[in-house]
Order: sequence, then C-alpha cells, then structure tokens
Amino acid sequence: MNAHALLGQSINLCAVTLLVLAFAMIAQRRILTLIHLFTLQGLALVVATVLVAHLTGDHHLYFSAAITLVLKVVLIPILLHRVIDRLHVRWDVETLFNIPTTMLIGIVLVVFAFQLADPIASLSASIARGTLGIALACVLLSFLMMIVRAKAVPQVIGFLSMENGLFFAATAATSGMPMIVELGIAFDVLVGILILGVFMFQIREQFDSLDIRHLERLKDD
Amino acid sequence: MLPLDWILLILAAWLLIGLAGVAALRNTSFVARVLFPLGAAGALAVAAAALAALFAGPQTTILPIGLPGLPFHLRLDALAAFFLLVIGVATAGISIFAAGYFRQGEGTPPGLMCLEYHVFVASMCLVVLADDAYAFMVMWETMALSSFFLVTANHRVEAIRRAGFLYLLVAHIGAIAILLCFGVLQANTGDYSFANMRAQQLSPLWSSAAFLLAIFGFGAKAGILPLHVWLPEAHPAAPSPVSALMSGVMLKTAIYALMRVAFDLLPLPLWWWGVVLLGLGLATALFGVVFSAVQTDMKRLLAYSSIENIGLLFVGIGLGLLFKAHDMGALSALALTAALYHVISHAFFKSLLFLATGSVLHATGERSLGKLGGLIRRMPWVAWLSLIGVLASAGLPPFSGFVAEWLLLQSFLFTTGLPSSFLNMLIPLVAAAVALVAALAGYVMVKFYGVIFLGQPREPKLGEAHPASPLERLGLLWLAAGCVLLGLVPVPLIELIDRVTRVLTQDGIAATVSAHGWLLLSPTSLERASYSPLVFLLAVLAVVYLTMLVVHRFYHGQLRTAPPWDCGYPAQTARMQDSAEGFGQPIRQIFGPVFRLERQLPTPFDPRPVYRVKVEDHFWHWLYRPLASLTDRLARAFAVLQQGRIAIYLLFSFVTLILTLLVARW
Repeated sequence: MNAHALLGQSINLCAVTLLVLAFAMIAQRRILTLIHLFTLQGLALVVATVLVAHLTGDHHLYFSAAITLVLKVVLIPILLHRVIDRLHVRWDVETLFNIPTTMLIGIVLVVFAFQLADPIASLSASIARGTLGIALACVLLSFLMMIVRAKAVPQVIGFLSMENGLFFAATAATSGMPMIVELGIAFDVLVGILILGVFMFQIREQFDSLDIRHLERLKDD
Repeated sequence: MLPLDWILLILAAWLLIGLAGVAALRNTSFVARVLFPLGAAGALAVAAAALAALFAGPQTTILPIGLPGLPFHLRLDALAAFFLLVIGVATAGISIFAAGYFRQGEGTPPGLMCLEYHVFVASMCLVVLADDAYAFMVMWETMALSSFFLVTANHRVEAIRRAGFLYLLVAHIGAIAILLCFGVLQANTGDYSFANMRAQQLSPLWSSAAFLLAIFGFGAKAGILPLHVWLPEAHPAAPSPVSALMSGVMLKTAIYALMRVAFDLLPLPLWWWGVVLLGLGLATALFGVVFSAVQTDMKRLLAYSSIENIGLLFVGIGLGLLFKAHDMGALSALALTAALYHVISHAFFKSLLFLATGSVLHATGERSLGKLGGLIRRMPWVAWLSLIGVLASAGLPPFSGFVAEWLLLQSFLFTTGLPSSFLNMLIPLVAAAVALVAALAGYVMVKFYGVIFLGQPREPKLGEAHPASPLERLGLLWLAAGCVLLGLVPVPLIELIDRVTRVLTQDGIAATVSAHGWLLLSPTSLERASYSPLVFLLAVLAVVYLTMLVVHRFYHGQLRTAPPWDCGYPAQTARMQDSAEGFGQPIRQIFGPVFRLERQLPTPFDPRPVYRVKVEDHFWHWLYRPLASLTDRLARAFAVLQQGRIAIYLLFSFVTLILTLLVARW
C-alpha cells in the first residue's frame, strides 16, 4: 500500500469523523459540549482540506485550510464561549425533541444523501469523490439539528456546522471553490455569528431566556 | 428644428413649470395665474408641432435617459402625431380653465398639483411617442401614478381614497397584461423595440394571445366592460380639470395603444378579433349609456357617458379590424376615420362638460342633480357653452359628435360586402344597437342639461351662484369652439386623419372626400350619402328665424310676460319640477334587469317621507365581490403557514430542500 492510497484513506477517515461528530451533535444535550464538538468538527475539516490539497497539489486549498483553522477552530469557538459565559448558559441542559427519534430520522437522511450523491460522485474526477455523500449527509443532519433544538445557541451551532458540511462538499467534489468565494463565505459566517450574537443578547434581554419559543408571541394575528 | 425636437423641448418646459410650482408650493395665485397659462401655451405648441409632424414623415430619436443600455426610443409617426394633436388641443383648454379654477385650501397644495398635472400631461405625450416597450411601460406607469395622485388630491375624504385605490388597482392589473402582451410580441428575441415587434411574424395562436392581452390591458385603462368599475368612482373624486383630462385625454392613450398594437405591431389581423372588439364595444356602450341615464351625480353621469363613448370607439376599431382582415382597405380606413374623428370630438366635448360641472360645483358647492336647476340665469356663459358640448355629445348636427357617429354608421352600411354570411347577418344588429346608443345618449344629455341649467333653482342657495371666472370661460370657449369647428368643416380634419389611416391600413378616404370640396362631406360617393354641415346650419338658422318672424308677425307681435298655467294647483314649489330620478325612471323600468336596485319607498302616512334609491352595478356582486372574497380566503389559507415558530419555518425549508433534491435526482 503506497503513501498515496494511505492519504486517500485518511481523507475518508476525516469524512467519517465529520459524520460521526454530526450525529454526536444531534445527540448532545449540553451546550458547552456542543461547542467542543463543533471545534472538533472544524479541526477534522482542516485536516481533510490539507490532505486534499497535498494530494491534488492545489495550493490555494492550503489557504482555505488556514482560513478554516483560524475561523472555525479558534475564532468562532472563542466567540461562542464568551457568549455562553456572558449569558450564563454554560451548563444549560436544554429540553430536546426525543433524541432516539431524531437519530433515526438522521439515519434515513444519511441513506438519502448517499443515494443523492451517487450519480454526481461517479461523474466527479476528484480524489475524494466517495466523500460527497458524507458531506451532504452532514449538511442535512445539521439542518435537522437546527429544526429540533429549542434554544438559540444550539441553533447557531447547527447553522455553522451546516456551513462546515457545505465547505467539505465543495472540497470533496470540486477540489475547492474559487478563493474569492471562500473568502466571501468565511466573512459571511463571521458577520453572521456576530449578528446572531447580538440577537441572542436581545432575546435574553426581552424574555429572560434564550428559549426561542418566546418568539412565537411575536406572530401577528 | 424638427417637430419632435420641439415637442421634447416643450415636455422639458412642462417639467420646469411643475418644479416651479413646487418651489411656490402654496402660492395659489402665482401657480394658477402664471404657471397654468404657461402650460396651456406649451400644449398649444405641442398641438402645432404635431400638426407639422402629420405633414412630415416619421421621425425617430433616442433619449439617453432610463437604465444604462436601455435608452428611450421615440418615434413620431402620423398616428402618434394625431394623438399628440388631440392631447395638445384638449390640454390647452383644460389648462386655461384650471388657471381660473384652483382655489386656496383644497387638499393637496396647488404647487404640488401643478407638478403632478404637468408630469401627467408630459407622460401622456411620451406614451404616444414611445417606440419601445420599456419606454412605453415606464411612461404608462408614470401616467397612472401621477393621475392617481391627482385623483386623490382631496385625500382626507375616505371615499376619495377608496376611489383612488380602486383606480390604481385596476391600472396595475391592466399594466401586467400589457407587459405580457409586449412579452409575446417580441417573440423571444429579447429585443423590446417596436421596430423588432413589427418585424416578427407570430403564429395565429400567439398573435391572438397578444391581441387578447392588449384588449385586457388597454381596456382596463379605457374602461371597457367589465373593467370599467374605476371610472365612475375616480372621475367624481378628482378635481374637475383632472376629470376632464382623464376622461377627455387619458382614455384616448389607451385607444392609441390599442390601435398601435392591433394595426401596427401585430401582423395581419384575424377576422374574429374585430368581432370581439365589436361585441365588447357594443356591450360597453349600451351599459354606459343606460347607467348614465339613471345617475343623479352629474360627474358620475358624465363618467358613465365616457364609458359609452369608449364603447363606440371600440366598435369603430373593431369594424376597422374586420374590414382589414378581409382585405378591404378603403372601408377599414372609413371605420378608423370615424373612430379617430370621435376621439378628437370626444376629447373636446367631454372635457368641456367636465369643466362645466367644475364651474357649477364651485358656484354652488353641489354635485347632486337633485339640488341644482335653473343655472342658465345665474351662469349664462357656462350654460350656453355647455349647450354646445351637450349637443355635440348627443350626436346632433351640426356639431362634431354628429360627424363621427354619422361616419361610423356609414361604415356599417358597407358591411354587406363582407364575404361571411354570418357577419352579414350579425352586423345590421350591431348597427341598430349603435343607433340605439346614440339615441339614448341624446336622452342622457337632455337630462344632464335640463336638470342643471333649465327650470327653476331647486335649492334657495342656488340664487347666490356666481358666474365662472374669465379664465374658466376662456377654457370653455376654446373647447366649445373646437366642437363647432369640427362639426362645421369636417373635411380638413378628415384629410389629416387620412395620413393616419394610411399608416394603419395603407388606405384612406381623403381622395374621395376632398373631391367634393370643403362644404360637402361624402365618404364614398354622392349617390350613397352626403352631409353638408354649413348648409344644414343655415337651414336650421333660417327655419328658426322664419318661425320667429312668422310668430311675431301673425301672432301677438310682442312678448307678454305672465305666470304659466298652474294646472289649477296654485301651491307650486321648485321641487315639483321633473327631477333627475324622475327623468331617468323610464329607462330604469325598461332596462330593469341591468341594474341592481335598492329602493326605499315611504308609506303614504309617513309624516317625513324619505325616498331613497341606490342603483348598483351587477358586476360588483357577480364578479368583483366573489373575486375579492376568493383572494381573502386564499390569503387566510396561506396565513395558516405562518406559525411563528422558527422550527416550523426551518422545517418548511428542510422539506422543500429534500423535495427539490428528490425531483432533481429522479
């Protein structure tokens, strides 16, 4: 087994890690652990990107990996930690939609994602083409997490993790997006998290809780 | 300088006049006495330039305004020039009248009115000049919006706001249809210039689609059945010069656009297009005239009368299309000449009548016919000048309305030459119905004039009615002069219209008409029909004079003033005269099923009897109410989706995503 094939297998390993982490996030109740899981997912993404960059020789993917590292492994987790410290929701155990049911739906979603990715992956000439299905599954699982969570912080994390999935899909299927697009997305995510942070403080101010069920009262009858 | 440049210069000047009005926002005397007469001078100049353009060939230019890469293409051909002439001459009279009309403290400040008014007029000119769909739509919408603000000048009154909303709604629904029509006409080439649309050879299916969309879109603006509902609401709501401008001029832009699309942009017409227009026009004309006969508000009466006239115009255009589809160019030109003659004649007399109602309204503060009467003694100028308008509107010789209706009936007489027996059977019926409409229009005008100006004042306050100001009289005089002149010497105008019909149908009737000189009008041949207005006028005058002479000579020979015979019933008051309701009652009986009546009759023992009658339109209850409630119900059904829960909203996106992916995958 040569080094090339080993690296390819390592990419698959990273992909699987991403998927497992996505499931772990769905199952996790505590917000602090959720942030740790998100950081780990970012790290796996960075490793996968570096591996793809090394295999394909696309130098701009190194930059992408660097940006991801700074943003998703360092900056955003720090921001999230500060938010939950300030809001004192560090140890919040949130009420959750029945976890086993959610996991089952998640499994169906993974199967669906693989079905979906099959024709695209066979067309793609990229090295990591087998991973497209996993990437799509990550996106869908994160979306699912946004739906079933009742509080604002986990929803934000779900949103960010969806972006992780998308980024991985881009790397896996097309060996990365143009640099300008990646920079744009990175910037969007950063701005998005700042705005969501402001919103979370505002929700807290208004309702003394981060439970978004309070927002239902805003509906116009 | 070419006529088109002059016209563009005047349009710019109008904008400046409007901006000057905004600068002097509340200075009523400056706006009214200086700016509006200037605007009227501009309108005259537009008319003169349009006249010059009728003799010159088509001109085009490109205005570098609008979006980048999408400049306004303008083209001044004979059709556009004719309608500019109509806009110019009618606006000149209306602006002069408006100079004497606007007073202090009526809703919108006068300076703003001045801006909206001149933007409105300028946008109508540009609608007519536009040579690509983009410029046309922008100007069409500018026209709708500026007239909306003019209609809602008195926006503190709720009924006026409602009328304005209805107007805007119908205008926008129509605009959607027009946009789609242009979309079909450009035949997927992506080039929206009219030159490109002319070059396209659409299949019958698509050209019919474009034609029907055009009828819907332009019919909404013109007030064709069943899209007429905004007209009787918006006209009474607007200040009188604005009503005059909308009814006399703006409705004509829709007629222009319909002619442009049907005769110029579309390929050779199909025969049934003409039948559709004939049917719609006839229904509209009958509907309008019957409803105007039962109105008790003088401006609503005129608004319904406008609906009737638009119907007649549609009939003329439909007949023109029918002849053109059967390749009978000369007859098509005759029908179109009748329609175009009616366009300019209606612009004169309907503006005149709306302005006269404005003078009456200012003098008495009263719009309801039931409270007017006997004004000929207090306001002789307005009364005598509106008599001319009324006679023209009733289609009586020797005024302009007669020439138009006579030409229209003449063109009906030739339909026996059509190759289809079905049409040959159908069209005499249509001609009979048109004659009925003309007769009923006369009835309506007798009611309008008799109740307002003749008889005794029905209210004591009418004794204090003040006559119209000199500028108002000047405006009325100009429009009345138009009615008389068009009635007496029709031949020169027909020679002008000939240039338009040559564009539309490649044929005209000027050659046959001018062969007999200016005094005699004979559209086909002397043996078939001829009309000599001057001789007619002389005969009428001579008969009247001789009768008077004979009466004076052989009867008393002097005037005797005495109380009229009171039927042996001495306690008479002015309220015992025939009223508007009473006069319209036979029509209400005969055409009973057409109306939706709500009547409240007092019992004979009621000490304070009140009689109330409300005449409504079936279309409200059969078409508009169901549509409105359907929209409401649909909206409520969709409101169920609005749960207020983020999770639900996310779920919607999630399900949509999954479904989209499924569809994309399999």
